[in-house]
Amino acid sequence: MRTIQFREAIAEAMSEEMRRDSSVYLMGEEVAEYNGAYKASKGMLDEFGPKRVLDTPITELGFSGIGIGSAMNGNRPIIEFMTFNFSLVGIDQIINNAAKMRQMSGGQFNIPIVFRGPTASAGQLGATHSQAFESWYANCPGLKVIVPSNPYDAKGLLKSAIRDDDPIIFMESEQMYSDKAEVPEGEYLLPIGIAEIKREGNDVTVVSFGKIIKEAIKAADTLEKEGISCEIIDLRTIRPLDKDPIIKSVKKTNRLVILEEAWPFGNISTEIAYQLQSKAFDHLDAPIEKINTADTPAPYSPALLSEWLPREEDVIKSIKKVLYR
Amino acid sequence: MLFWRKFEDKLAAVYIQQKVRGFLHLYNGQEAVLAGSLHAMDSEKDRMITAYRNHVQPIGMGVDPKRVMAELYGKGTGTSQGLGGSMHIFSKAHRFYGGHGIVGGQIPLGAGIAFADKYFNRDSVTLTFMGDGAVRQGSLHETLNLATLWQLPVVFIVENNGYAMGTSVVRTASHTDIYKLGLGYEMPCSQVEGMNPVDVAKGLEPAIDLARKGGGPSFIEIKTYRYRGHSMSDAQKYRTKKEVEEYRKIDPISQVLEIIKQKKYASEKQIKEIDERVAKRVRECEQYAEQSPFPEDNIMYDVVYQQKDYPFIPHKIQ
Repeated sequence: MRTIQFREAIAEAMSEEMRRDSSVYLMGEEVAEYNGAYKASKGMLDEFGPKRVLDTPITELGFSGIGIGSAMNGNRPIIEFMTFNFSLVGIDQIINNAAKMRQMSGGQFNIPIVFRGPTASAGQLGATHSQAFESWYANCPGLKVIVPSNPYDAKGLLKSAIRDDDPIIFMESEQMYSDKAEVPEGEYLLPIGIAEIKREGNDVTVVSFGKIIKEAIKAADTLEKEGISCEIIDLRTIRPLDKDPIIKSVKKTNRLVILEEAWPFGNISTEIAYQLQSKAFDHLDAPIEKINTADTPAPYSPALLSEWLPREEDVIKSIKKVLYR
Repeated sequence: MLFWRKFEDKLAAVYIQQKVRGFLHLYNGQEAVLAGSLHAMDSEKDRMITAYRNHVQPIGMGVDPKRVMAELYGKGTGTSQGLGGSMHIFSKAHRFYGGHGIVGGQIPLGAGIAFADKYFNRDSVTLTFMGDGAVRQGSLHETLNLATLWQLPVVFIVENNGYAMGTSVVRTASHTDIYKLGLGYEMPCSQVEGMNPVDVAKGLEPAIDLARKGGGPSFIEIKTYRYRGHSMSDAQKYRTKKEVEEYRKIDPISQVLEIIKQKKYASEKQIKEIDERVAKRVRECEQYAEQSPFPEDNIMYDVVYQQKDYPFIPHKIQ
């Protein structure tokens, strides 16, 4: 099978859906003539023209709102944020209009829209450019939140997101755009709200999602040599959370470690820990461990950033802790 | 206009009886803006969106007023099945896009609705209303820029009633000619007197026509006045009773009544009949709202997602 980059998977998903449905368009900063700040829309202006691939001024509130308004009147927009750090400038439109419109109108206006772009840290970019808002968006009823970790999932999930009739937050990573993986030529869709067991194991369950899951996979490889068998679950969708595979897995391993690149207070890990203890309390042989970033804004210095981020070593330590080793 | 006035007077009365709760922002005094707009727009295809002073606009667009009253009562027969309330009235069938509670939040939506019409080559125009308070929000400025850049078929209409809640226009900016904000975006803009529906219609017609012909957006400031407070909990210490009385002298309903009498469009008897008919219709709305059932609990879940089987986190111990 052919291998393609994450950014190519994104561009393919959008292009295929735009060929399929003429009401879909792409709007955002640098998406057209520049081919995307991270080249995730390369070639799309040439194929679809400026009516359907629109460069915007730097005006996140304005173009988010115009996207939502157009979705009230027949379009299925894809709105790109250069990063989700900048989505905060437009978050009023996402939370108050996209997420609530169907409810406030008593079911009259659904908003079929995808907001997509990279999330979380991407090297030494400092405090304002290194934030993960998955838990903020996932807290809000009316939205669905998807965070793929590889090109295959990204393409299948983005295509499903564009076809979905509800507003979707689709989060990528600058540090994944060059990742390569096998992606079939033909069309495929992946269902929203379904987690994947990425690796089967018996001793401990590790739950993660997005770019940071790579640290869990590295840790599992290292620990395998020590005879520790890790089961890794990739959530893929954050809202709705697919908790059943986690419960099932913990009933087998009796131990749970959650890895999430986000500030530690009230995040996705916290919710998983709550859900798990309420559904599988008697199956736990150790307290649940969660590994997050430091409880501070992201630092710039490479030495500090490395300490701030969860790493393979942190995952190994947590796994050994729940195994009492 | 008379029906809208009496409908809202009834809302104020039932609000005091605590049958309608939450915030209640009334339109009394501003009716000429809506009447003139409805006259100027194409009732077959044009669209409307506004902020939270929004009870009578959907009625003007064709929505059954009984359902608006029922929405305010929180009943299942309301326009949003009791989920929206006073600030969130919608009607897809009558091209009324809300009903929005965040000041300025509806402005980019209005441009987006127009974006879709342009995208699909329809010749509808979207009237996007806002208050004078909303023009200080960034959403206005971001939207005006994009609407002119993309030549969207939208007319932005500022209903300048002089006060953003309790803060007068003069206290919020160094100049008070709001329509001039359009100049910064090279958008056609003008100021219209808003206590007479004829003036409003004449002021809006060229802008709607321009938008429909592909000439892009306009920005119109309509000078109007609200007699009641910002909402029902407003003590109105920021203005004098004399000021309110001055505006009542040029009340839009009285002005139109005067024209009807002068030009003998209706006899005294016919006018009396209209008054009686209006009072009866308002009573019917009240009765309908009173007698309608409250919504079932499950509707709270059913309206959030288009997806039918969305797995909500369970609520309370079942």
